[in-house]
Amino acid sequence: MTDFTLNRLTWRAPLLTAAICVASTVAALAQQTTEDPVSALGTLVIWIPFILKGFWLNFVMSVLAMAFATVTGVLLGFMQISPNAVIRMPAKLVTHLFRNSPWLVILFAIMFLVPFQITLPGGDKILIPDWVKATVGFALPVMANISEILRGAVMSIPSGQWESAESLAFSRRQTLIYIILPQCVRRMIPPWMNWYALLTLMTPMAAILGVNEALGNTQAAMEAAGARPEFLIPFYLFLMTLFFIFIYPLSIYTRRLERRFAAGS
Amino acid sequence: MLDIIAPFFERLYETTGLNFSPFYDPYDWNRLLRGMWVSVELIIAIIALSLVIGVIGAGAQTSRIRAVRWLVAAYIEIFRNTPPIVQLLFFYFGLGAITPQVDMGGWYEPMIGSFGWAVIAIGIFGGSYNVEIFRSGVEAVPGTTVEAAEALGFTNFQIFVYVTLPLAFRFCLPALTNNIISLAKTSSLAYVIAVPEITYSLSGIWSDSVNVPEMMVLLFVYYIVLVAIIARLMSSLERRLALPGYGQ
Repeated sequence: MTDFTLNRLTWRAPLLTAAICVASTVAALAQQTTEDPVSALGTLVIWIPFILKGFWLNFVMSVLAMAFATVTGVLLGFMQISPNAVIRMPAKLVTHLFRNSPWLVILFAIMFLVPFQITLPGGDKILIPDWVKATVGFALPVMANISEILRGAVMSIPSGQWESAESLAFSRRQTLIYIILPQCVRRMIPPWMNWYALLTLMTPMAAILGVNEALGNTQAAMEAAGARPEFLIPFYLFLMTLFFIFIYPLSIYTRRLERRFAAGS
Repeated sequence: MLDIIAPFFERLYETTGLNFSPFYDPYDWNRLLRGMWVSVELIIAIIALSLVIGVIGAGAQTSRIRAVRWLVAAYIEIFRNTPPIVQLLFFYFGLGAITPQVDMGGWYEPMIGSFGWAVIAIGIFGGSYNVEIFRSGVEAVPGTTVEAAEALGFTNFQIFVYVTLPLAFRFCLPALTNNIISLAKTSSLAYVIAVPEITYSLSGIWSDSVNVPEMMVLLFVYYIVLVAIIARLMSSLERRLALPGYGQ
């Protein structure tokens, strides 16, 4: 039964998106006057490779940011559950700071406060490209949330597991590595994937700060093609469709995993 | 207020170079206050709209007409799986360009300004999450409770309003709190279409006075305090609405 509803869900939303795209394209075509040399749709087709090139950067940024966020987030999560207050308190502070601030504000902070070049001790200067800084900016909120997910997952393991490990003479470190973590990973995968999807959906914000990713390239393409108002709807819709095609299968898969894990435990 | 703190922050600037210009310059002070005010207005409007959409959507999902259910499902999938910033730009520039202009007596103004579009776009985005949240709340209401209400002679509508909704609201409150906090943070996205909320007005200040780090601190403090206030309000609401026999 669940699989059946899932399958229905799988096709009807893209179908509706496609229908809306077609409808708006028709609207855009109807708007246009006969004097225009190229139709809005024709212009879009010309610029699609350029927008896709930008989308590739979105993809790269999201993967790198997620890798960075996962490593630092897991470390931060472990620091949060440390019995030592000197380690625990700063970790909690960092987690709360980045969880409770908007993406845009964190992005601004990284973009403006991190210098655009650093000087190595040897005197060499390294330029930091904007997209690298944006990647770090996107990673920080995800890092804080992964840290919180890890803490929540560890807390959700019944305390009987800790006690029986202790009675088997496992050290705290051994208990964590061999008993608690393997159980946590399963619980962490669906929220981890949700955060990847959310992170990818946030990457177009880098365009505000001049990174040439999909949104920046779309706006540049509209400018270059003559900035006619009838471009706006098809171009932005194309961009939304692009992200939708990438993210939707992922979120379907996440939901399936969630359901399977919920049924398993 | 400004008269009292101004000397301190002016001295702070002179001695340490920390330039908190909104705390001694009346012009920047007004920009800060206005930014905070617009931001709070924006957040309240967004949350209100998203709640209305959530309730209507959750109701529509139980509709007998299949097309209505499909539309709600498609709405949820589309708005959850596309970037909110592109949604906002699409609404503001794409749809804003084709909305009718209003005659203001000599000049024309778009019917919906940037504030209005920010509320609509982010409200619809947040609503797509709220529909699911309310739906899970409605599903969590025990069937026996509904049956008991039926046995007492309530009509379907009365059951929904007097039995299901009050219980569902309590069940989904924790998830709702999360989404409301996330929406409050997402409201900063309105910066992109130049709504003069706090991020926008502080970015104006830091480009005038070149005091990015100080203003950034202010911005972080603003959002952390805001989130803390919302969390406090919601948890007190949760406690006030708590039912004996449910939860801890």
